[in-house]
Amino acid sequence: MSTQTLPPIPQTATTTYRECVREAIRDALARDDRVFLMGEDVGHYGGCYAVTKGLLAEFGPDRIRDTPLSESTFTGAGIGAALNGMRPIVEIMTVNFSLLAMDQIVNGAATLLHMSGGQFTVPLVIRMATGAGRQLAAQHSHSLEGWYAHVPGLRILAPATLTDARGMLWPALEDPDPVLIFEHVMLYNATGPTPDADTVKAVDITHAARRREGTDVALITYGGMLGRTLEAAEALEKDGISAEVIDLRVLRPLDEDTVLSAVRRTRRAVVVDEGWRSGSLSAEISARIMDQAFWDLDAPVARVCSAEVPMPYAKHLEQAALPSVEAIVQAARGTLGKGAP
Amino acid sequence: MTAEVSKPAPGGGKVHLTHGHLMALLRDMLRVRRFEDRCAELYTQEKIRGFLHLYNGEEAVTVGVCAALEPRDAVVATYREHAQALVRGTSMRAVMAEMFGKASGCSGGRGGSMHLFDREHRLYGGNAIVGGGLPVAVGLALADAMRGRDAVTACFFGDGAAAEGEFHESLNLAALWRLPVLFLCENNLYAMGTALRFSHASPDLAARAHSYGLPAESVDGMDVVAVEAAARRAVTAIRAGAGPYFLECRTYRFRAHSMFDAQLYREKAEVEEWTHRDPLPRLIDWMRTAGHLHDDDLKALEDAVATELEDAVAFAEAAEWEPVETLTRFVTSAEDRP
Repeated sequence: MSTQTLPPIPQTATTTYRECVREAIRDALARDDRVFLMGEDVGHYGGCYAVTKGLLAEFGPDRIRDTPLSESTFTGAGIGAALNGMRPIVEIMTVNFSLLAMDQIVNGAATLLHMSGGQFTVPLVIRMATGAGRQLAAQHSHSLEGWYAHVPGLRILAPATLTDARGMLWPALEDPDPVLIFEHVMLYNATGPTPDADTVKAVDITHAARRREGTDVALITYGGMLGRTLEAAEALEKDGISAEVIDLRVLRPLDEDTVLSAVRRTRRAVVVDEGWRSGSLSAEISARIMDQAFWDLDAPVARVCSAEVPMPYAKHLEQAALPSVEAIVQAARGTLGKGAP
Repeated sequence: MTAEVSKPAPGGGKVHLTHGHLMALLRDMLRVRRFEDRCAELYTQEKIRGFLHLYNGEEAVTVGVCAALEPRDAVVATYREHAQALVRGTSMRAVMAEMFGKASGCSGGRGGSMHLFDREHRLYGGNAIVGGGLPVAVGLALADAMRGRDAVTACFFGDGAAAEGEFHESLNLAALWRLPVLFLCENNLYAMGTALRFSHASPDLAARAHSYGLPAESVDGMDVVAVEAAARRAVTAIRAGAGPYFLECRTYRFRAHSMFDAQLYREKAEVEEWTHRDPLPRLIDWMRTAGHLHDDDLKALEDAVATELEDAVAFAEAAEWEPVETLTRFVTSAEDRP
């Protein structure tokens, strides 16, 4: 046996999406004393998805505020505090619960600048979990971010990567207008290399991103569906189909240029959206492609969405309701006039 | 006025019934009353459109409360908020121009009667979602508390709002965090056309506030001095760090809920009975009896209000419309964003 040992493999520091969100909050709290966090169980419990663990001990109860279970009021209080010079981060446990605060968000945060004739801005950030995959059934699993993307006056973000989870919060807090950040529940445990400072600093909240280059079809998606869409692109590659993947990142205002340029180059588009099909964000994207790139298309725009059913509990039913890699592959092949592989 | 209010109120709520102060109260009451009457006329002439909710009968509430506030304090109001704007200092011109939907209105013609805003005077709107202003007031007060600023947020809402979940949530949160909010319930006995007794299992609203740990009291909202004295007690307590305070002002709306209301839900006799308690003649009579008001004083005051009002109407008439080209301004702070 040789005495020589293998040299150690250089280790890149790894982290999780959850830690990236936490680091983003810590960083914002440290950088700006107007920033504070409030929401249900963000303090003593550490966040229902453990995102805010340790922050109460580090920043104290004045800046990490556990609220009563009163979504409408603590969201409205975020609006009031934002109107009065603070930079609040409001955490709502899930998008389903945000419906209890929808009045404050839609009738309040989104309208005040306009109704006041430009006198009052609302620099509020609201974070919430969205999406299915944890068998949490029909009151904790929906993807309703498309509803908020309907509303003028709001900016809607869907960080799908560790870098975006780490980098989007600060520019969101710098935005003078209300910003909603949707964190997909299946991403919290995602691991990867720790984003470096320069990469984090370069994160914007205006553009879509090309996550994979391709020439035959553009797969357009966001948030929790990015992983499956990239998997589908890999599967298509084995089949000789070159798929481009666009991550929308910003659901309002939409970065049309990036989407349309991908569609014009590939001449085919599949929109992958975890929301329901009817009246969805995927419908909006499809319509904009038809409006502006119809003559560049070689096939009708295809869509892969969740089944139109309240999300069921049982694992096999839940998975059957969600857009699958196979369904995305199938839809992409369909735009090329190909049947099942 | 009522006997007890001329006594020093506990906790520093004393109202100094000087001639000057009484004249100032009367002036604001008259400004609001005449403004509202003129708005009703202008509505029938179709100069003002949309929903128009008038404050006749309730003037003593806003005038009394605002007399206890300082310029540094904030106000959140409802869709029946012309009085709050006028009394807090927004010019009658800017309020009337807003009624007309003109660019020089206090919300640039984008808000209308229900959404008067004035950053300079810390008026955070006219909120037309019943109960919707309460959480915002809690947040305004939270920011003041976190920054160590000595400011009170006065949050006006009606008896109807006391049935909304946000009423309970907001009182609880403000009390839990001991925030400087003065919750002002303008109880005019009707949530639009539904009487309090048909929508509240227990009509004692102050008791409800008290159950959340807030000091709470009810006051005759037709008596401007009683309202001011109570508001001074409340504001003094809040500034001393006692946390939020709840004040129910029992009042009555003389006019219809809005201009579309046939008032089928209340008896004429009831309206008649309340008009005997009209806060305006009540103040005038008291001032006369106490030797604070002579006929020529009143006439001079009325003339000044009429001049201000006609000037405001002429201003609103002549004011420019916001050009349609700027339709999508103020949707986001970056003007080029959709």
